[in-house]
Amino acid sequence: MNVVLPAAATAARVTQGAIDCDIHPGVPGIAALLPYMSDFWKDSFVRRGMDGFDLASYPPGAPISCRPDWRPATGKPGTDVAQLRAQALDGFGTRLAICNTLYGGQVAASETMGAAICSAINDWIAAEWLAADPRLRASIVVPAQAPHLAAEEIERLAGDRRFVQILLPAAAELLYGKSYYWPIWQAAEKHGLPVGIHAGSMFRYAPVSNGWPSHYLHDYVSQSQVFEDQLLSMVSEGVFVRFPTLRIVLIESGVSWLPGFLWRSVKTWRGVRSEVPWVKQPPAEIIRHHVRLTVQPFDAPKDDADVVAALVRQIGADEMLLFATDWPHWQFDGDRALPAGIAPDLARRITVDNPLATYPRLQEATAP
Amino acid sequence: MSKHVVAAVAEIPAGGRKLVSVQGRPIVIFNLEGDFFGLMNRCPHQGADLCAGEVMPLISADQPGDYQVTRAGEIIRCPWHGWEFDIRTGQSWCDPARVRTRRYPVEVAPGAALVRGPYVAETVPVAVEQDYVVVEI
Repeated sequence: MNVVLPAAATAARVTQGAIDCDIHPGVPGIAALLPYMSDFWKDSFVRRGMDGFDLASYPPGAPISCRPDWRPATGKPGTDVAQLRAQALDGFGTRLAICNTLYGGQVAASETMGAAICSAINDWIAAEWLAADPRLRASIVVPAQAPHLAAEEIERLAGDRRFVQILLPAAAELLYGKSYYWPIWQAAEKHGLPVGIHAGSMFRYAPVSNGWPSHYLHDYVSQSQVFEDQLLSMVSEGVFVRFPTLRIVLIESGVSWLPGFLWRSVKTWRGVRSEVPWVKQPPAEIIRHHVRLTVQPFDAPKDDADVVAALVRQIGADEMLLFATDWPHWQFDGDRALPAGIAPDLARRITVDNPLATYPRLQEATAP
Repeated sequence: MSKHVVAAVAEIPAGGRKLVSVQGRPIVIFNLEGDFFGLMNRCPHQGADLCAGEVMPLISADQPGDYQVTRAGEIIRCPWHGWEFDIRTGQSWCDPARVRTRRYPVEVAPGAALVRGPYVAETVPVAVEQDYVVVEI
């Protein structure tokens, strides 16, 4: 079904040829991944009756997990290739889109089971999605529970140039600045792969630092604090000193928390920088250099172009923002994938230039 | 531009500092191993008395955890918010190009030279046989 509404035609002008940096093909269930697993795991998942590894952060039935008009008649959100093509690609005139699979391998308590699911997802996405449409690219999902296994998985797949990024959940077992995670940053840097940090948690600890919230409202809103903590951890522990070409992409972070956070971190750094003397530049400069953010959601008053323009000015770097629809998650209605108040030249940068600069492998796809 | 005798050298031992007032300007004089430096006693951030701050070495690192301690006693930290200033230049560490406290040239002159002028010795009696700290403003 490919009904083009007048509104969609307008959208096509803004997003025609855009690079969508965050879409979510859905894993229907563990059965879909079994063909990509070893004999041991094939047998184990069946014998032990384990299924339903959807992330607690995105329950399939929750409104956030699928826009009503993108929800399939049957099955879980994002599981139909034809719908992805019609809604996410043709619907916006997308030139390239990066598939970020969110499933239990990234959060499993068992390191080896987590690695088995992640590895199966990567082979599954290559065989059943990337092969189905030349516009699709994917992130390598890895078990951050075991950084050495994550690094092995990156090594295994880095040769396939359709994998353009490494994907991690926003909250893992430790803060990402800790040296425990260096094998992941090292592998990412070696292969020129940005690391996408996507909203969502392993839930090894409370999603906010002072207790367990009772409701999804609190859980989801508080995700932006997690992004702040991860950024500051990586800056203050010297990850960007040790891995100077590492690029981090914050996905589904909300974006507009950034200016206040940057000011606060610079202000505090000025007084206490001698405890982290390897942090030689203000944190805001380091973050502007190494970090990018996808623009869905963009937390701002709806249709208030002045507020959005002011926020973009305060962020202070046009190259930081990347276009994303977050398909099929419900972040916006109709065709308003870009926030109001983005001037046409900035829209061009967000939809095309910035993604190409952030993901070197996408340049190969668009080279003449 | 005028030169002012603000202290006898013997008053400010190596590593020491003295707050003086020159034509109403509060200036801190530092002795770094025999070299004298003068800074406006006013943090460019919010105006705190720099003279009341802690003197530190420069702490630097090229890699995480690789702490290097150099230039002992050459950095003064504002007592209010901890911003560091280079005593030799008045420049802040955090934003050296834009945030700096005013630096005044300081020299040491023998008393015998001072009594001949053109120095202004407002409050410091000058004896021919001593050396003095002279600030130019």
